[in-house]
Amino acid sequence: MAKQATASGGANRMTAPAGVWVDRDKPVSFSFEGKRYKGLAGDSLASALAANDVWLLSRSFKYHRPRGVLTMAGQDANTLIQLPGEPNVPADRLAIREGLAAWGQNYKGSLEKDRNGFLNCFGAFMPVGFYYRSFNKPRFDRYWEPTIRRMAGLGKIDLGAGQGYFDKAYLFYDLVVIGGGAAGLSAAITAAKASAEVLLIEENPALGGALAYARFDAEGMAGERRRQELIAAAEAEPNLTVMTDALCNGWFADHYVPVIKGDRLYKVRAKQLILAQGSIEQPAQFRNNDLPGVMLGSAAQRLIRLYGVRPGKTAVVLAGNDHAYGVALDLNDAGADVSAIVELREDAGSGPLAAAAQDRGIAVMAGHCVQEAVPARGGKHLGAVRVSRIDGPGIFDPGSVGIDCDLLAMSVGYTPTYQLALQSGGKLSYDDRAAHFTIAQLPSGLQLAGSLNSTYDLSAAEAEGAHTAWRAATALGLEAGAEPAVPEDRGAAGVNHPWPIFQHRRGKDFVDFDEDLQVQDIQNAVAEGYNELELVKRFSTVGMGPSQGRHSALATARLVAKATGRTVAETGVTTARPPFSAETLGVLGGRIFEPERFTPMHHKHKASGAVMMTAGLWWRPAYYGGKAKREESIAAEVRNVRNNVGLIDVSTLGGLEVRGPDAAEFMNRLYTFTYKKQPVNRSRYLLMTNEQGVVIDDGVACRFDADHYYVTATTGGVDRVYRQMLWWNTQWCLDLDVANVTAAYAGVNIAGPKSRQVLERLESDVDFSAEAFPYMRLRSGYLAGIPARFLRVGFVGELGYEIHVPASYGESLWTLLLEAGKAEGIRPFGVEAQRVLRLEKGHIIIGQDTDGMTTPDEVGMAWAVSAKKPFFVGKRSIELRRRNPSKRQLVGFTLPLDGPLPLESNILLDDAGEMAGFVTSAARSEVCDAAIGLAYAPAATKPGEELTIKYSDGRLLQAAASAPHFYDPGNKRQEG
Amino acid sequence: MTLRRLFASIAVFRLLSRKTISAVMVFALLKYGLKGRYRPRPDFRHAADLKPSYDVVIIGAGGHGLATAYYLSNYHGIRSVCVIDKGYLAGGNTARNTAVIRSNYITPESVRFYKESVELYRDLSDELDYNMLFTQRGQLTLAHSDATVRTFRMRAEVGKHCGTNIELVDRKQIREIVPQLHMPEEHRSPVLAGLWHPDGATGRHDAVAWGYAARAMDKGVEVHQRTEAQCIVKEGDRAVAVETNCGTVHAGNIVQAVAGYSSVLAKMAGFRLPIRSYPLQAMVTQPLKPFLDPLVSSAGLHAYVSQTSRGELVIGGGSDPYELYSTRSTLDLKESLIGHTVELFPFLARVRLLRQWAGITDMTPDYSPIMGESPVRNYWLDAGWGTWGFKATPVSGKRMAECVANEKMPAILEPFRLARFKTFDLVNEMGATAASH
Repeated sequence: MAKQATASGGANRMTAPAGVWVDRDKPVSFSFEGKRYKGLAGDSLASALAANDVWLLSRSFKYHRPRGVLTMAGQDANTLIQLPGEPNVPADRLAIREGLAAWGQNYKGSLEKDRNGFLNCFGAFMPVGFYYRSFNKPRFDRYWEPTIRRMAGLGKIDLGAGQGYFDKAYLFYDLVVIGGGAAGLSAAITAAKASAEVLLIEENPALGGALAYARFDAEGMAGERRRQELIAAAEAEPNLTVMTDALCNGWFADHYVPVIKGDRLYKVRAKQLILAQGSIEQPAQFRNNDLPGVMLGSAAQRLIRLYGVRPGKTAVVLAGNDHAYGVALDLNDAGADVSAIVELREDAGSGPLAAAAQDRGIAVMAGHCVQEAVPARGGKHLGAVRVSRIDGPGIFDPGSVGIDCDLLAMSVGYTPTYQLALQSGGKLSYDDRAAHFTIAQLPSGLQLAGSLNSTYDLSAAEAEGAHTAWRAATALGLEAGAEPAVPEDRGAAGVNHPWPIFQHRRGKDFVDFDEDLQVQDIQNAVAEGYNELELVKRFSTVGMGPSQGRHSALATARLVAKATGRTVAETGVTTARPPFSAETLGVLGGRIFEPERFTPMHHKHKASGAVMMTAGLWWRPAYYGGKAKREESIAAEVRNVRNNVGLIDVSTLGGLEVRGPDAAEFMNRLYTFTYKKQPVNRSRYLLMTNEQGVVIDDGVACRFDADHYYVTATTGGVDRVYRQMLWWNTQWCLDLDVANVTAAYAGVNIAGPKSRQVLERLESDVDFSAEAFPYMRLRSGYLAGIPARFLRVGFVGELGYEIHVPASYGESLWTLLLEAGKAEGIRPFGVEAQRVLRLEKGHIIIGQDTDGMTTPDEVGMAWAVSAKKPFFVGKRSIELRRRNPSKRQLVGFTLPLDGPLPLESNILLDDAGEMAGFVTSAARSEVCDAAIGLAYAPAATKPGEELTIKYSDGRLLQAAASAPHFYDPGNKRQEG
Repeated sequence: MTLRRLFASIAVFRLLSRKTISAVMVFALLKYGLKGRYRPRPDFRHAADLKPSYDVVIIGAGGHGLATAYYLSNYHGIRSVCVIDKGYLAGGNTARNTAVIRSNYITPESVRFYKESVELYRDLSDELDYNMLFTQRGQLTLAHSDATVRTFRMRAEVGKHCGTNIELVDRKQIREIVPQLHMPEEHRSPVLAGLWHPDGATGRHDAVAWGYAARAMDKGVEVHQRTEAQCIVKEGDRAVAVETNCGTVHAGNIVQAVAGYSSVLAKMAGFRLPIRSYPLQAMVTQPLKPFLDPLVSSAGLHAYVSQTSRGELVIGGGSDPYELYSTRSTLDLKESLIGHTVELFPFLARVRLLRQWAGITDMTPDYSPIMGESPVRNYWLDAGWGTWGFKATPVSGKRMAECVANEKMPAILEPFRLARFKTFDLVNEMGATAASH
């Protein structure tokens, strides 16, 4: 490995082969905090800054302490920086690009000189949970919160930023392997060889995992050699798809995993899943363990081997396991002066790495700990460490030796990357002997391999990968050959130091870097009575920050266990929830489609100057003519229907085909009326109640044949009605089929005294005369050659025909009728006019004149409820409710035509001033020469009684109660 | 050491004294810094073992159960109270809800009930000497359809009639209240109007339960965690004891306050509740510098967003569409909920989501709670809290305590009695519940 640093891409940059991810031929300019730097293609922002000897990346959440590189794995809050309009971007994940401009965040002034830095001296004034015990007098939100709010939060967002482009895709594989390290690669290759379709997901830009950055042998080349071999083997497998730079960010039921690559969300369905995400190295706790220059051993190794950046000039290594010796060797190879290995164990390491380190003359201080990291001048980087003898677990001799250094690399243990495994239902346990978390009780089809499964030995991890792949392939029914051997020694012993926690009497020994929580904060939370791990978390906020406890869960569990006298296993960790890593809202939202539905006549309406309104997903004409002439247009449309003939597009009305021998029985059970004896070619009103006897939809049942009903439903209700039909018939198992044909048909309602004349002008095999085609009858036939269904119904209270035609004829039908009716003065009318017309007629609109409690009786629909049928949905409730009659009923009311018009939902008051009901509909009616409306009023209300309506401005209006049918109560016009 | 701290305090004071409030804040914290060594002042004194009997046993150590214990012990002199929970203190829906406090309901019965709750909340930090970070920044709900505008007008009219702060606002007013909101004119579901409820508030949900627990324990109330009710022992039509995994406790009165498991407990007691239980999910982003003061919810998009005092955005929506006793998260709900959030605030596209979770909601047919008498004598119900439990914590605690202490239903609880489902005398709040919580 190279020993000399060169100036290419920064002063700390080493020569090749160090830095397998960077391309020395491609320099990249970028800026941080307004200063320009040069890095290399393949650098992360953090590595490029480190190469330029810039270590200060952020200010901590609470105390505004200087923070720098901790993990180099994109898993800590230390490296969160601000991009324009994008806060909290992990600098050790962010690939630099030409012209990138990044800034620090959470400071006042500059990152270097943060005016909020004084808060660091303020720690004693802010003990754990202090805000629950302060600032409550006087009122928090009036006096204290505004100031606290100024201090809250981390990054800034750009309120003017647009949504940007994000999208989604679906993938399906036999086997998905998450994690492209030794175990994952081995699993993917093995399964692909057994002809499984395999997807291997790796969050980093290149495969290899620890093979790329860790040291496995004294010589230091074994990992990289093996990595090359495995990658070559993977590339040779045609069944193996590799996704790099792709983060599997959660586990959902049935192995449904979201994978984020760039701004795309892949939703991946896996038949079998192997998790090989490795483990997360953990920091040790001692005073100032958060100083820039103090980092994980693996972070130092990642800098050296992945990016070719020397992480320090003079280094001390804190060892709790043998991996630390590999770190020391790597640092030594990188040209750093390794002053000492401070070994927490009583004896120096004994493996080949330890031997090689000692051979190189690196001093080992066995039985010692670092009690404090001492800042260099300026306070923003490590200057020295104070090393003391260990007297017992967590206890050290007050005397210390100082060792000058600008790097302290810690290798004291790991936690498995357990998040996905636990989300899938796995249970976490703690192996007291190995001081290590283990995972069990996984769901079927999901396996673990590698260090996630406590398998740290390299060849054991590969063997385990191959074995899990064999099991997955076998479960998939593939021929996978003989079962491979399972490794016996997985190399977990000695990897985790049981107690790398050295509490300092002056604190600043951080357990949670995100939330600035020290050892005493955790202990104090327990002492305050918060004696369960979840309570400690909630009271102290440990683990709630951006890294979600990745580097604090183990230490917290150990500390809480000790403080409560429980075992670590009993203490556990807090529940693992998705996502694994923070994910942008944009990628979750995707393109955000706004579905909208147009009727076949839509652009005809637009051409006629219709003002459109939404009805569920549909667009419908509200009225024709500009917005300026709203009232006049609506009134003219109403008048024309009453006097001549109008045409309305009712294509949005729900249409359902119910076909089969049991169709009539089905209708009988689903709706309140009787349908068994309904003659063919007749229609009948439909009322649907739910199990509580509440009115939920209405429509018309058109019986075109003994076993064929064409059922209409409200525009807003049809999807629910369709679901209800399927849901009920799943239980009833009747012999029939239901199809939602709403969009397959276009429909119009031609209404008005002259509507028959218009139809008779057109060629048809249907006789439209009053005698041949009376009210509530149906006909199938042709109109000017268009196949059509004709329904004589009367929603608006005039002679009228609904004509339903295949959607492709909708536009022709519309044009044809408007042409044919010219002489009769036909004009289209919109939803607004229809609302007035139906109100004049006293026809209710479900959802407007009914609420979530309305019974058929309350709205005068008792006639539509069969008393004879043994059953229909809601029958039992309706009968129960009749025993205890409702206190309200829907009544009509009238007011002077030119006075104030009550608004829908204005309330009614009784004599005592209590609420006595509310208005559901109101409109000015020319034909009735009054303002008319419907309202819920006390049940005993008689026509002519005075109703007090409270107008929105507080005025009390005195209306006269009436029957709800204002226009043509004898139905002469619509039935004529 | 103390000198150091004194200097530090003076330095800090000088730095901050430019702003009076900040200076006063420093004084508020001096009590910690100047005391020298940190001395815990435990909020909870945990009792070792269950006693054989108590006057009142409350099943469920969530906000409601603890509040009931507090009012029993502090206002009714009933101190022999034991609260048991199968998990940890306030670890159920109290820990999972999104802390919306409001009283903008539809029926006068509900408005009066929740109004009392908001009023109790306002003074709660003071009453309990525990800062639950109550902050009244208002709630704005958006209407995207005529039907919703009608419902909003009704809520505004009823609310005003009952004396709450509420009004129907137009697009221009909405822009003034939340200038950051994306409200294009030409949208397939444009914002038509809003319901502005200045009384709307939020607070730290855990702290509410902890405050009640602390002050209840001060009076001798015992809270037993990891103590699961396994059987309700009856003599005739009277409940007399609860069998738990830690032994049997006798009780003069038993209260069940177990949101998410109300039906399970009722079944133990030998009756059925008209409840269906659905998961309800919520999520939270990383902390951001504050930009959003009120809670914003959209009835049409089934999403609501608020920013906590820590700076995180809390995002929630409607319950899952199927019944389940599982608190797993789903990807589908996260996608649709976040999609809708980004529709409201497109500039959040680059903000990062940190965590999603779920609770179980006990939904009643009329979206109102079930409180008071049960078919079993001496067994009291505090159930059916669906998505509206947190906001009612103080009032339900206060009134349930009154109910149990007097063994008689207070008038304000009458509309919420279980028997209403037999007579269909319902308190319909469906329209005030969807995605507003």
